Amino acid sequence: MGAPGLAGVPTADAPQTKKDFTSDQEVRWCPGCGDYAVLAAVQGFLPDLELARENIVFISGIGCSSRFPYYMNTYGMHSIHGRAPTIATGLAAARPDLSVWVITGDGDALSIGGNHLIHALRRNVNLTILLFNNRIYGLTKGQYSPTSEQGKITKSTPMGSLEAPFNPISLALGAEATFVARTIDSDRKHLTSVLSAAAAHRGTSLVEIYQNCNIFNDGAFEILKNRDSRDEVLIRLEHGEPVRFGADGQHGVRRNPATGALEVCDGDDPGLVVHDITADDPTQAFALSRLADPGTLARSPIGIFRQVERPAYGDLMNQQLDDAVTAQGEGDLQDLLRGKDTWTVG
Amino acid sequence: MQLTGDRFTAEAASFGNDLSTLPNFPAEIRAPAGTLPGVSSFQLHFANYDILTPGDAPDVLVAMNPAALKANLPDVPKGATIIVDTGDFTPRALKKVGWDTNPLEDSTLSAYKVHALDLSGITMEALAPFELSRKDASRSKNMFALGLLSWMYGRSIDGTVRFLQEKFASRETIRDANIAALKAGWNYGETTEEFAVSYEVKPAAMPAGIYRNITGNLALAYGLVAAARQSGLPLFLGSYPITPASDILHELSKHKRFGVRTFQAEDEVAAIGAALGASFGGALGVTTTSGPGVALKGETVGLAVSLELPLVVVDVQRGGPSTGLPTKTEQADLLQVLYGRNGESPVPVVAASSPSDCFDAAIEAARIAVTYRTPVFLLSDGYLANGSEPWAVPDVDALPTINPDFAHELNYDGDGEHAFWPYLRDPETLARPWAIPGTPGLEHRIGGIEKLDGPGTISYDPSNHDRMVRLRQAKVDGIAGIPDLQVDDPSGEARMLVLGWGSTYGPIGAAVRRARKAGHNVAQAHLRHLNPMPANTGDVLKSYDRVLVPEMNLGQLALLLRGKYLVDVVGYNRVRGLPFKAEELAEVIVEEVGSL
Repeated sequence: MGAPGLAGVPTADAPQTKKDFTSDQEVRWCPGCGDYAVLAAVQGFLPDLELARENIVFISGIGCSSRFPYYMNTYGMHSIHGRAPTIATGLAAARPDLSVWVITGDGDALSIGGNHLIHALRRNVNLTILLFNNRIYGLTKGQYSPTSEQGKITKSTPMGSLEAPFNPISLALGAEATFVARTIDSDRKHLTSVLSAAAAHRGTSLVEIYQNCNIFNDGAFEILKNRDSRDEVLIRLEHGEPVRFGADGQHGVRRNPATGALEVCDGDDPGLVVHDITADDPTQAFALSRLADPGTLARSPIGIFRQVERPAYGDLMNQQLDDAVTAQGEGDLQDLLRGKDTWTVG
Repeated sequence: MQLTGDRFTAEAASFGNDLSTLPNFPAEIRAPAGTLPGVSSFQLHFANYDILTPGDAPDVLVAMNPAALKANLPDVPKGATIIVDTGDFTPRALKKVGWDTNPLEDSTLSAYKVHALDLSGITMEALAPFELSRKDASRSKNMFALGLLSWMYGRSIDGTVRFLQEKFASRETIRDANIAALKAGWNYGETTEEFAVSYEVKPAAMPAGIYRNITGNLALAYGLVAAARQSGLPLFLGSYPITPASDILHELSKHKRFGVRTFQAEDEVAAIGAALGASFGGALGVTTTSGPGVALKGETVGLAVSLELPLVVVDVQRGGPSTGLPTKTEQADLLQVLYGRNGESPVPVVAASSPSDCFDAAIEAARIAVTYRTPVFLLSDGYLANGSEPWAVPDVDALPTINPDFAHELNYDGDGEHAFWPYLRDPETLARPWAIPGTPGLEHRIGGIEKLDGPGTISYDPSNHDRMVRLRQAKVDGIAGIPDLQVDDPSGEARMLVLGWGSTYGPIGAAVRRARKAGHNVAQAHLRHLNPMPANTGDVLKSYDRVLVPEMNLGQLALLLRGKYLVDVVGYNRVRGLPFKAEELAEVIVEEVGSL
């Protein structure tokens, strides 16, 4: 492939198929769960990367989505709630020859693991993080999550939740992320194209996947998926293109000259903003992420928000090791132990 | 003051004295000067024979202000020498520490040999040609005091001159002023008649070899580098700054040319997570912390127990609970590292007994971790971490080899299946195979959910869980290569054993010597492996009429010994943030022996 994100990872000797990436474990998500679609998409797309299967690792935390590694015939670890980015960081920094993936959910990544997520993004470790956002706690049977809309009635909030939700894209952009994208479980083509770009990016790629939990939060993204409504509310971002949506592109997005915020306008407005994923300044990407209504998700942009280059943490770390050897030579343990101030006894 | 102590230690060390040090400083970085809580001290014990502790009672106290005098006076025996800088003995400074009258002028110090000198004033005068600010000039008074002490004990100041030349290479005036102050202090001792006596402490008779002075944290860091070399594994340290463990992170971050990766994480949890991730990838994963950090890392240690991956967790213990006494020593984390996790979660524990033993203990912890695919706790404490002693530099060719024995082949044949089973154990060690990513054909998934014995797939089967719990315990219980508990009893007739663990080794040894000198038969033994304990531990305990267990906690080892071996051990427990004093322990020992 030669993509920067995969540089240094050995390639496969022979072509691979989806079957090569499918483990012998029975998949145990609830029938109808959105996770199946994501699993199928990942298993189907990985052969395209042409990587040696043994050099791919999936690390997950805890939650329904975090069972994902068991179903991948690669190396994998199902770890602790919220901590997958930490384990993946150590692994990726120590092993530049691996393609390391993190599978997480909205509770795992944004609640208990929020601190680790923002620091992984800030450091730009070479990881691809797939954040399955179903806006609910599934594994613990239906409590509200940090992405649930305010007023959500759940088992733990019978009178409605009190908290404002996180917008994961805004959060990631604020945490200095170099690659941020959003996609939807039901749109296989879009999902695959975003995953390809994420894998090709060197540094931390965060992909938020809107994923339906048909047991505890069914239809959470229906407005974005339903043929009758989706064109009016879903904004498909295309790099280098003016931001337009609607069945015939009749809506657009422009900057309000007074406030600087983005607002919806007619599709033929002369002031439409042009989407630029490579912009150094994340201001416009952030503003785009704010278009979505936090309650209904109407006007949700999907696609790549930001894709900029910044040295990856592991590369910098390994460079320092090489530089130290170049400058001082390889370490000699006996010299180190002896040190400078010694004395000899007869 | 800590720097002055370090330099005097280096001078004593290069002269060949045996020595032991106790730096003691407040947790606050710039604690208010001149107040009792702000006193920073450095105690050094050196001798021409082998010594075990920094000493109970100093023969010489150098006090730079009234607070330092007041804070340390209770430890100074009558007749000792006290050198005082009178420069700071103003009514205001005296009042700050609660003295209404000047102790230099009343009878407070009548039992001591007092040298009241205006060190500040003399230093200022000596440095007049350098046109330094008052503040910078006054800072050099420590070097003046060091020069004076060096003269009193006949120590060369050449090493310190070289040290100052290097340290202040880019700041010539400061460099020259400090050297001038140091020399002025030496010359002051030689030319005035203030000090009629100078002391001579000859080199100690030690086994032949090359020696250096070393602190526990430095030795521990070197031990980790050595363990990486001896195992052929790259060292990966995940750490979050915490007193008194941070110096290990600082030290290891200097050794990138040894392939050492150091990762300063966003928190304690991330630090151990990254180390475990690196272990999964075939590195020697290490995390370093102190008690509060161990509390945060507990869940990940549990994961490592379940994953059965090598991991070294270093706990440099400090006073607790909570933030406790960050800069003071204690050994009250033993039960935390053994039992502070959910479920049955056995983890081997190794405890270093002296600053230089931190080197060997680190290698031993890594040996167990790698050989048995398990997290291992390595216990040190604030006293070992910052204290120093001479260390016979080991020959690296004589260090033990650690074999990671990575898996490369499928390991299971049966039912027409030719497969890799990540939990198929070595029948002897019960360790599972360590197949690292990048190994073709051995792709597998592991996790914190209970695994089926052998294949390692998820299993909720009741009898399988019972079997796995017992297997993990049996693996730790069966760790080989742990030497028998050695008992030191020169008389061969002792009826009482003094048993310790960790940093109490020095004070207990010194106390036992005193008791023996006073004519009592006492046996001594020290535990380095706390889990599992040496195989003969129970037999040793049962062969004495009384077992005394001094600990800097409220009886944690004692609880274990009573529970495991049904021996009614007697505890002696103090948690003052300071190591035991030999004299105090000797009294307890003599009293116990006398009551038999």
